[in-house]
Amino acid sequence: MSLELVNLGYIISAVLFIFGLKMLSSPATAVRGNYISAWAMLIAIVMTLVDFRVITYEALIIGAVVGTIIGWYAAVKVEMTKMPEMVAAFNGSGGLSSLLVGWAAMYEPGNTWFILSTIALSILIGGVTFTGSILAWLKLAEMVTGKPIVFGAQRIVNALVLVGIIVCSVMLCLEPAVDSPWLYALIVLSLIFGVMAVLPIGGADMPVVISLLNSYSGLAACAAGFAINNNILIVAGALVGASGIILTQIMCKAMNRSLANVLFSGFGAVKVASKVEGEVKPINAEDAYLILESASTVTFVPGYGMAVAQAQHVVRELGELLEKNGAEVTYAIHPVAGRMPGHMNVLLAEANVPYDQLVEMEDINRRINNVDVAVVIGANDVVNPAARNDENSPIYGMPIINVDQARTVFVLKRSMASGFSGVDNPLFFGENTRMLFGDAKQSIAGLVAQFKGP
Amino acid sequence: MDAIFLAYILVLSIFLGFELISKVPATLHTPLMSGANAVSGITVVGAILSAGSGAHIMANILGGIAVALAMINVVGGYVVTDRMLSMFKKKDTSKGGK
Repeated sequence: MSLELVNLGYIISAVLFIFGLKMLSSPATAVRGNYISAWAMLIAIVMTLVDFRVITYEALIIGAVVGTIIGWYAAVKVEMTKMPEMVAAFNGSGGLSSLLVGWAAMYEPGNTWFILSTIALSILIGGVTFTGSILAWLKLAEMVTGKPIVFGAQRIVNALVLVGIIVCSVMLCLEPAVDSPWLYALIVLSLIFGVMAVLPIGGADMPVVISLLNSYSGLAACAAGFAINNNILIVAGALVGASGIILTQIMCKAMNRSLANVLFSGFGAVKVASKVEGEVKPINAEDAYLILESASTVTFVPGYGMAVAQAQHVVRELGELLEKNGAEVTYAIHPVAGRMPGHMNVLLAEANVPYDQLVEMEDINRRINNVDVAVVIGANDVVNPAARNDENSPIYGMPIINVDQARTVFVLKRSMASGFSGVDNPLFFGENTRMLFGDAKQSIAGLVAQFKGP
Repeated sequence: MDAIFLAYILVLSIFLGFELISKVPATLHTPLMSGANAVSGITVVGAILSAGSGAHIMANILGGIAVALAMINVVGGYVVTDRMLSMFKKKDTSKGGK
């Protein structure tokens, strides 16, 4: 089919992508939005298949079958608690795909210097996205330590790699050849750069990194679009790039840190917080039940610990019992709770918590004084009052959910170990705080049993 | 001129993206990301053009691998996003659920 007709199809596809994204702005229309976006993709793919330049089909059919099977299997099997890993892995495969498209574009005859420089760019961004995402995935899956990995010569190594990348790109533009050593060196250096970029970033900063890599995977597609002179790649890639950048900004703001600070400094490595001392007041399930039973407003504040303990289902059960008991139940979710944006929302939705009970940090903080009981489940840094009060704390200035201002706070915790950032939490020593020690899932199940009791 | 034209498209798309995505509520941020994963699989278009071109056998092979990787994103991204979004329910409908 002629290029004009193909591009006409791409315009329809672009319009549908935009409508699909627009419909993601409400849970009520989001499912249809996703379908529309999938239609957009289908149209783009079909229009490309009938492009007159596509003349052999073996490689692409094999690739499409293999990719479809893997993607389908992964999507159907993945547990909702593993979504951060899944998104990280998808970011990586998108990046590698763009790298290969850039590489393959080298085989096209008559590339101008502009096309060559965009090829270099798509190899660079694609490579960084690929290895960066793989490392992020390994960190999330805890196959690599979640602590920031910092070593002395890091900045020097980074600078050298960066200079190498620039030199290779320039040389590739000046002396383009498919078997050019500059091309291979550029690919290798880009892959190394991705690893170097994610090494110094700690597990608690993963929401930022995943968002950023999400954005890169879109920008890589954009660069590939320039390299092969294709509009739809640029439009769709830019939409993804913008989405990732916005999420990155939201995450950074929610941690009160600049993007540069997240990317270049290992978390908590600099300042030492004031030691917190005081008495911890433990509580048992029976007493906790009595307090909950008489409460008229209860807010659950989930964190990554809820995901680890797989406690979302019992939490919903307890929430329903409390509602039957006449209490108003909400779930307050901090933007960086969990390991990726919206992580907690998905887990609670999976457990059948209606989305109108999920409230954002600003909303709950406005009425936190009227909350009878705030139940903190596996969250730590996002409810740490040191962020408000202690100027020496590494998390000072980070907006938190002010559970310490609720009438009573229950903290469900395995032991007195500190949170992911290694910061002490004065909340645990608060006058109105009661600690419910033990596995979060069992503790909640214990409360449920009390409610259902004889 | 081609380059300028493409850059024009890029800039407008980024602005449009900012407008659209800043309206997505925090609740839907995870599906937004997995949906974005699927959309970033648009590289499949570039991959198909390489895999199907008569340029060079290496271009076909690289393109074929790129098609596989991009299809993982496309299929995996849309399916998992759909799975996730279908879990988001309003209060009254949730009562009849499991």
